[in-house]
Amino acid sequence: MIGSKVERTEDKKFITGKGRYTADITLHGQSYAFFIRSPHARAKIKKVDIAKALKAPGVVSILTGEDIVKDKIGGLIAGWKIVSKDGTDMKLPAHPPLAHEQVNYVGDHVAVVIAESLEEAKNAAELVTVDYKVLKAVVNTADAMNSENIYDGIDKNLCFDWELGDKAKTDEAFSKADQIVEIKLTNNRLVPNAMEPRASIGDYNSSSDQLTLYTTSQNPHLTRLVISAFNGVHPEHKFRVVAPDVGGGFGSKIYPYAEDVVVAWAAKKIGRPVKWVCERTDSFLSDCHGRDHVTHAKLAVQKDGKVTGLHVDTIANLGGYGSLFATVTPTYLYAPLILGLYDIPTAYCNVKAVFTNTAPVDAYRGAGRPEATYLIERIMDQAARELGMDRAEFRKKNFITKFPHQQCLVHNIDSGDYNAHFNKALELADYKGFAKRKAESAAKGKLRGIGFSTYIEACGIAPSSVVMSIGAGVGLWESAEVRFNATGNISVFTGAHSHGQGHATTFAQIVSDKLGVPMENIDLVHGDTDKGPFGMGTYGSRSLAVGGSAITKACDKIIEKGKKVAAHMLEANPDEIEFKDGEFIVPNSNKKKTIGEIAFACYLPGTYGEIKSPLPEGVEPGLKETAFYDPINFSFPAGSHICEVEVDPDTGETKVVTYSCVDDFGNLINPMIVEGQVHGGLAQGIGQALYENAHYDETGQLVTASYMDYTMPRADNFPEFRIEYTCTPATSNPLGVKGCGEAGAIASPPCVMNAVIDAIGTDVSMPATSEKVWSALKNKTNSEKKVA
Amino acid sequence: MKAFNYHSASSVKEATKLASSNSAYLSGGMTMIPSMKMRLANYKDVIDVKKIKDLHGIKVTSKSVVIGAATKHADVANSKEVQKAIPSLSSLASRIGDAQVRNRGTLGGSIANNDPTACYPSACLALNAIIHTSDRKIEAEKFFKGMFETALKKGELITAVEFQIPEKSHYFKFPNPASRYAMVGVYVAKHKSGVHVAITGAQSVVYREKNMEKALNDNFSASALNGISIDTSELNSDIHASAEYRASLILSSAKKAVEHCK
Repeated sequence: MIGSKVERTEDKKFITGKGRYTADITLHGQSYAFFIRSPHARAKIKKVDIAKALKAPGVVSILTGEDIVKDKIGGLIAGWKIVSKDGTDMKLPAHPPLAHEQVNYVGDHVAVVIAESLEEAKNAAELVTVDYKVLKAVVNTADAMNSENIYDGIDKNLCFDWELGDKAKTDEAFSKADQIVEIKLTNNRLVPNAMEPRASIGDYNSSSDQLTLYTTSQNPHLTRLVISAFNGVHPEHKFRVVAPDVGGGFGSKIYPYAEDVVVAWAAKKIGRPVKWVCERTDSFLSDCHGRDHVTHAKLAVQKDGKVTGLHVDTIANLGGYGSLFATVTPTYLYAPLILGLYDIPTAYCNVKAVFTNTAPVDAYRGAGRPEATYLIERIMDQAARELGMDRAEFRKKNFITKFPHQQCLVHNIDSGDYNAHFNKALELADYKGFAKRKAESAAKGKLRGIGFSTYIEACGIAPSSVVMSIGAGVGLWESAEVRFNATGNISVFTGAHSHGQGHATTFAQIVSDKLGVPMENIDLVHGDTDKGPFGMGTYGSRSLAVGGSAITKACDKIIEKGKKVAAHMLEANPDEIEFKDGEFIVPNSNKKKTIGEIAFACYLPGTYGEIKSPLPEGVEPGLKETAFYDPINFSFPAGSHICEVEVDPDTGETKVVTYSCVDDFGNLINPMIVEGQVHGGLAQGIGQALYENAHYDETGQLVTASYMDYTMPRADNFPEFRIEYTCTPATSNPLGVKGCGEAGAIASPPCVMNAVIDAIGTDVSMPATSEKVWSALKNKTNSEKKVA
Repeated sequence: MKAFNYHSASSVKEATKLASSNSAYLSGGMTMIPSMKMRLANYKDVIDVKKIKDLHGIKVTSKSVVIGAATKHADVANSKEVQKAIPSLSSLASRIGDAQVRNRGTLGGSIANNDPTACYPSACLALNAIIHTSDRKIEAEKFFKGMFETALKKGELITAVEFQIPEKSHYFKFPNPASRYAMVGVYVAKHKSGVHVAITGAQSVVYREKNMEKALNDNFSASALNGISIDTSELNSDIHASAEYRASLILSSAKKAVEHCK
């Protein structure tokens, strides 16, 4: 089954509307929560008056920041400690689930109204009066350090000032460089926009003291861990978190939000289920956003086109608080990747992370790696232009060609063949025919440009010992249980969580191949802390490389035990037994047992009529195995993307007309699902390049808080994607897989922007909206006129 | 959404009788329902007019196309008669919103709402439309008063819109990339009596660009528009398009509209 385009077993359910999402769940005696949010970007809370609202029809309870303090409910956490270059720990403000003294972004949580119906909760919320002292908001990323301090004790709004690399050696490379290429970039802020908005339901049973939280999580075990250990809502062993069908996350649902904590706590407090479902505008305001970097970078280059050094200064906007993965995203997930696929002997990266009065920023599809790729691929283009070299040749000249390769910053890349995918992409995109196509576009009055982008990812973030030594608050292994039922079918439990990735199909393919059991006899169980052993969830393209490997390991243990049982039943030595296509065989004989027979024997270990299946001495009954897998290294997917755009010079309207990509994801389990992942990633990456932008005005109001103003790309914004692969298997996991979920979103923004800049012959920032492109062209014409 | 009384009227007379100082007519509800859900609009009485037979249907004569107010965009888009009489009008309807919106939203609802970025108001101005209401007939020229503001009196219900068939016409829409409403929409119609150029999306309310009309009356070709300066002082300016950019879009869109006139 591995390597086949098996249709997704979960699709029938989703396509026919039979999915069961959190909002679909209705519990007996359920009440409804509505959150009162700050209309101000920065304000002191002087008073929250709930007296009138409490008397409104249907109101069950109204809770505020004062109740949070009284009940000693802990704040939300940043889970990765970053140490500044001066040796001090990062600085974080308190982040109470309901604001107590101060609100720090529009949409920040002030109070929750719980009522018999949502309409009654909303009606009552209109009667709550909050007395704010409005303060001047800090909004702009680049200016944050020169603005008023938002928090006492956090000088210059600086969370940390961190560095990576050898500064002295990098300075030396620049002092010897033939040419220094500089670039200033803005990586625009994005709203994740999962199709299903967040939702959660708290349900407390006072008799058993069991608390259950149903929530839209990519990572239910982590949610349980954080809400019990840090927010102190309920002990972990009495707390169940269920993430049922979840409609997309893109990183925005990796960690618990204030609403999850409040709903769980409130359910316990009022003794009734409390349900909250986010509406789209609140989702724009309060889901963690992505990206938002301002970067100044320099590349040291020799005359022959060899890159000798890279220096990067980045300001990363964290928003109003430090969200769970917010601090690792612009540091360890970003800086090590700035080298791209290139053999750059020395580099230095400084990252200053700042607080502003905007929604928190956290991991979003690619998390750090799109920002790194945007930087290196834009500056490589710029360098080729300044050197007068062909952009493709310039890249090839600098590719890493020998593996394993220890980069100058962090990563030791186990495998890859960068020329292979780059050359294949040049063929696929018909680079040779570009001049002709450009002329054809020109004849229609259009400007055509071609853009290149190559990328490397570091996926399946690991091993735990390493990540914890650089600040991770948890280990990043994954667990699995493979459980044979007595009738021979299999339940597979994983700590990964599928919210669109198709794990039920992919993971079943792996188990089917490993154990020789047909796909339809394998069921995947995930998303419930009461069922799977433990898990670290799904993000960072880790599920297959880490979770899939844990499943593989558990299957190996099953086979190991099966051999002992088979040997006993077949009166052979366990070492002799071979396992192939679901059968345990004694070589050179006709003696064999199917794995189903072995499972049956394991559950009926004795003699009963015709059943004769005694187990060997010392072997426990039952056939289920658990495995925890902690990879020895990250996996390193890489690839080459090439696109062409057409620009209408009259209007600035820009269209991606061709898009070709060749990715090396190592071994593919299900190429159809991989293709789907690439499509989705490309849609979001092209969206970032041309359309999407979370725009705050100077007072900190989110102007793009609905689809009337936030441009989500649609199908007609894209051409047919040409997708091909090369394969160098990963050596860091038994499946040889590398991860494919983020690649499209990582590679495509610089690919599109390099094409736009090639078409119009001048710089433009993301998103390259029609007006920006039109203005850039106009300014270029005006300055050319002046020169003439 | 706050609670309200829902009424379904079966005749224009019944609908107007139900109207009060705190009521609204519901047609497709494509703007009204979301506004109510967001609590931006609240009514005591909502009077559904979709079931009134007289508000439906398309009648084409040699001079005009009369479309019932509750006729859906999809019906206008797909009408063979409209496609033949005023192809630009059916084409406009086919590009409003998405398939779901076109199968709910109605002509009367659109013009009563008078969104400054809606498409239909430009058709009314360009095609010399007469708005038929429960009380009277209003010339399009006098109907669109300001942003979301029309000549309709409280309780007055649009029943049909009568469009004059031009010699040739075209509507060119440059959509807002996010909402896909018109960032600039230019409707050019050449009538025997003269050329109309109606522009939507660019100002607080749909308007006619008289300088362009004058130039096109002298010479009906895209090149006649070269060098026409667009006054930016009244143009909308927002995160999607500055006034200056909108001015440029008006010119390029008008030229394309003229080129495509048929």
